[in-house]
Amino acid sequence: MPTLYEHISSNKRKSILLISIFFIVIGFLGYTFGLYFGDAFIGLAFAIIFSTIMTLISVYSGDKMILSMSSAVPADRKKYPNLVNTVEGLAIASGIQTPKIYVIDDRAINAFATGRDPQHASVTITTGAIERLKRDELEGVIAHELSHIRNYDIRMMMLVVVLVGVIALLSDLFLRSMFYGRGKRSSGKGGGMIGVIIILIGLVLAILAPLIAQLIKLAVSRQREFLADADGTLLSRNPSGLTNALRKIRDDKEPLVEAANKATAHLFIENPLRTFRGKINSLFSTHPDINDRIKRLESL
Amino acid sequence: MVALLAWAIVGVLALIILSIVLTFNSLIMLKNRVNNAWSQIDVQLKRRYDLIPNLVNSVKGYMKHEKGVLTEVTKMRTQLVNGSMSQKAKASDVISNALKTIFAVSERYPKLQASENFKMLQEELAGTESKIAFARQFYNDNVMSLNNKIQQFPSNIIANMLNFKEREFFKSAEEEKKSVKVEF
Repeated sequence: MPTLYEHISSNKRKSILLISIFFIVIGFLGYTFGLYFGDAFIGLAFAIIFSTIMTLISVYSGDKMILSMSSAVPADRKKYPNLVNTVEGLAIASGIQTPKIYVIDDRAINAFATGRDPQHASVTITTGAIERLKRDELEGVIAHELSHIRNYDIRMMMLVVVLVGVIALLSDLFLRSMFYGRGKRSSGKGGGMIGVIIILIGLVLAILAPLIAQLIKLAVSRQREFLADADGTLLSRNPSGLTNALRKIRDDKEPLVEAANKATAHLFIENPLRTFRGKINSLFSTHPDINDRIKRLESL
Repeated sequence: MVALLAWAIVGVLALIILSIVLTFNSLIMLKNRVNNAWSQIDVQLKRRYDLIPNLVNSVKGYMKHEKGVLTEVTKMRTQLVNGSMSQKAKASDVISNALKTIFAVSERYPKLQASENFKMLQEELAGTESKIAFARQFYNDNVMSLNNKIQQFPSNIIANMLNFKEREFFKSAEEEKKSVKVEF
């Protein structure tokens, strides 16, 4: 499919744009923070170095942290031959290397993918999904996860989550120190009016940036879910598999994954922390409304 | 004026060479992708070739009345690894149908169904079956990309000049005539 390969490169371009915007915001926060304390460039350098280190850590070991946080264990081929065969088959269909396969011991039906690129990726499935989904439903769920891997959504989401965290941290630091007023007045150092204005802009940014960054993260997460639904269907050539799996998750009496938390919720195929049903597609949710997803799949 | 004209010619030539290089590289990439996709199919066909004797051995004690289907599977098996692409595709289709029959019939024999070895074989063969289908899908998608590039203008000029050949889709001769065929 030539369109799929084009689609991946457009996804990469968008990711680079978004990450650059986040870095600019972080740099600006650092700059004003530094200006307030006397040296703008030390602040800038600190913010950039700090966020770069955080980014590198998350890209290279984020997946291991996520897997151990979710108490996922490697899947045994003898114990789950059906799962292993399904993942291998779909990996062939999508032209990526077979990812590592992990299992979470939980009754709920859920799954997620993580890693930094298709060569270093893993999919994780709950035992509930393995036991309660039919072969074509499991295939639909895994095809969705492999689409996240092939589209580089896994890396993108990891970066976005970390940078949103860095923005929140820096803003918080900035606001707290302003509040306690420990800063040296920089206006004497030739900053003058311009310095004051920059600090004011920084203040506004420090208040708004965490919220906006959070909303961007959620919007990106929801959009990626829709995309992975569509691409996954293209991969398994069977829309009813994923549709029926989503219906089963929707109608499940115990949809909560115990090992999931707020930091990992966006990774799963459906929000593992959902507490009530029939929620409208909210600005503050990690996943699109499940009924909406089913409806879109039915129209394919 | 002359210098300007000369530069313009150089510019156009450079552009043409650049586009030839880019087209050539993308043709090579597509060709390699097709070859890689084909080797994925081949691996799975070979795997199936290896699994079939085990299956036949484990069921032949039970299936006295269904000898026909077993001999057919054994006969077609060699064509999975020898022969042209369309022969392989045909053998693969015939075997898929025969396996379906074998597994359907096996439900009449609870003892066979209970055997761990048979269960393992059934899962492995079902897995191989779906892997063949997926590998075939991936291969045919890639063949279509390559063939499009070879046929479309202007890449067709370069493809013809450099002797790139269109590739064959992985399907049997019968499939090409009628795409849907149900057989029992």
